[in-house]
Amino acid sequence: MSDPLLPRLGALADPRAFTAALDITGEEREKLARQLRDMLLIRAVEERIGDMVTAGKIACPCHLAIGQEAVAVGVSAHLRKSDRIFGTHRSHSHYLALGGDVYALLAEVLGKADGCSRGMGGSMHLHDEENGFMGSVPIVAGTVPLAVGAAFAAKMDGRGDIGVAYFGDGAAEEGALHESLNLASNFKLPVLFVCENNLFSSHLHISLRQPENSIARFAAAHAVPYDIVDGNDVVAVARAAGRLISAARRGGGPGFLEAVTYRWRGHVGPREDVDVGVNRGGDLALWKKRDPVRRLAEALQAAGHLPLEGYDRIERDVRHLVGEAWQRAERAPFPPASALLDLVYAGAARR
Amino acid sequence: MSGNRVSYGSAIRAGFEYLLARHPEVFVIGQGLWSPWYVGNSMTDLDMQFGTERIIDTPVSELACTGAAVGASLYGYRPVVVHPRMDFMLYGMDAIVNQAAKWSHMVGGQAHPAVTIRGIINRGGEQGAQHSQALHAWFAHIPGLRVVMPATPRDARDLLIAAVLCDDPVLYIDDRWLYELEEELPPVCETDLRREGPRSARSGCDVTLVGSGYTTHLCLQAAQELEARGVSAEVVDLRVLNPLDARLVVDSVARTGRLCVVDGGWRNCGMAGEVIARVTESLDPAALKASPVRLTLPDAPAPTSRALEAGYYAKTGDIVEAAVKLTVQAGMLVK
Repeated sequence: MSDPLLPRLGALADPRAFTAALDITGEEREKLARQLRDMLLIRAVEERIGDMVTAGKIACPCHLAIGQEAVAVGVSAHLRKSDRIFGTHRSHSHYLALGGDVYALLAEVLGKADGCSRGMGGSMHLHDEENGFMGSVPIVAGTVPLAVGAAFAAKMDGRGDIGVAYFGDGAAEEGALHESLNLASNFKLPVLFVCENNLFSSHLHISLRQPENSIARFAAAHAVPYDIVDGNDVVAVARAAGRLISAARRGGGPGFLEAVTYRWRGHVGPREDVDVGVNRGGDLALWKKRDPVRRLAEALQAAGHLPLEGYDRIERDVRHLVGEAWQRAERAPFPPASALLDLVYAGAARR
Repeated sequence: MSGNRVSYGSAIRAGFEYLLARHPEVFVIGQGLWSPWYVGNSMTDLDMQFGTERIIDTPVSELACTGAAVGASLYGYRPVVVHPRMDFMLYGMDAIVNQAAKWSHMVGGQAHPAVTIRGIINRGGEQGAQHSQALHAWFAHIPGLRVVMPATPRDARDLLIAAVLCDDPVLYIDDRWLYELEEELPPVCETDLRREGPRSARSGCDVTLVGSGYTTHLCLQAAQELEARGVSAEVVDLRVLNPLDARLVVDSVARTGRLCVVDGGWRNCGMAGEVIARVTESLDPAALKASPVRLTLPDAPAPTSRALEAGYYAKTGDIVEAAVKLTVQAGMLVK
């Protein structure tokens, strides 16, 4: 028998709902303009990477977050550089939303020495500690326990910093998530669990993998406060993240944010997965109408905060920036042969 | 106990005490840390002495606890995550093998997980297949993960300290069968783990015996018995299994011409095979007076029945017999 109190996505999982312009009442205009630019930048970078995979210039596996930009941008609105953020195989957006350098990301996916991980990680192992991004890995739920440990450290440091674990709905099928939620809840650790529920794990829809579609039910089971939002609404994401993050900073223990979204491209690479036999029917076309970028832009336009030429200018600017960064990245050198063995262990003497 | 004789178990505790008293960035996390019996006498009352905020007893979550230790180690802490039995530690494999061991390399050397994972070998007494394993060879296979196995009380203390103060992830493997072993302990010597490696535990000229952890202890006992039979055995204690520096073993075999490696793990793809390979690929075949031999566990899970268990683990007598055979093969007269 199904529990009526179990968290469920309801209309949040319906692409025909939530397609209108965002409600931006009471929101600061400059902040929204910045968030729009950040989302457009993420999209431009992801599209460039996708094109370069197609062109055969990028070989490493790239998992694109086109369509999911609002989650990272909304959450990052409340993060500071001393926070401890961990990502997944699909983390370009997490890295960029924190202010990560576009050139260093593009150099990284090309395996170049100027990359954010010195060319040693590729798309799936990004590192940018300066902006709070400790790292991303493709093992599903692999970084969730690490973020909990970072929160242990943050709690001991006592400066109000938090750990953040980004993961997808597939991670809820790993034991690591449950152990981590339990630890964080038991020890009241300052960590935000951010589930980007895009309804797919690789090629399988959530209906083929789990008996219910809301991942927040696992937070409820571990007595972790949670919120479920439209992940394609940057305002809703930011508001919910802000509440959970400030509670964690104040010593209230962990929080869990489930942001319901959808990826426009396939699990990996630039295609839409039709080529690997995944039939997303009309859903993809519908979800594209629930575009997080367009909905914010329309809201800003309707409120008179963003003239049409303003939007075009931002788009042109970010595309120009990405184009220049790409050209530089292509010219950048590869890591020296010595990196292969020199980086296995810490080189410098301790302390 | 006379003088400053300290047992292996107490020496581990002394290592923890040293670290916790001097290094505020050290904390310990794992199962059974507030219990008097989970980890023998190796951590008794550390929670009382240093507080339950630094000695953290946890739910049975090997993966999350190991991963949490890795995560904290990326932020200036030097956590030790304790697994009272190595068998249970396997749930934490992802955190050890995929995350800790590879982190430095995959982020271009910009961050180092300075975490110590303590995996205890706890076997015998009809404990059976899942309460017995010595899996050091698995972990020694992984680049980026240092693996140490102390065989003496002094190493139990000082290698623990070196492991924790090392900036790399280290798997520290201690053995409950050694906990009562005693020796005089000199003051703590803080060493750089990167410069630690195999050590000659006894010199000899007829045969080289190689052990690690408990099997070093067996080799030393065997060497004594061999001496009575006129065979002079050199004993090399591997101590640091990864990265493995086998030069000391190679040099020893170059002198003795005979090699017997004793390992507490299984035969196939095991530590003993690795040591023999290092020696044979480094020496001229003419330097060997007999084919090297290895004593390992039979390739079967640990049995529970005492009838089967009695023959499962190598004993001193097996080493003596193997060494005598090596020397006889080579034409040496043995008493």
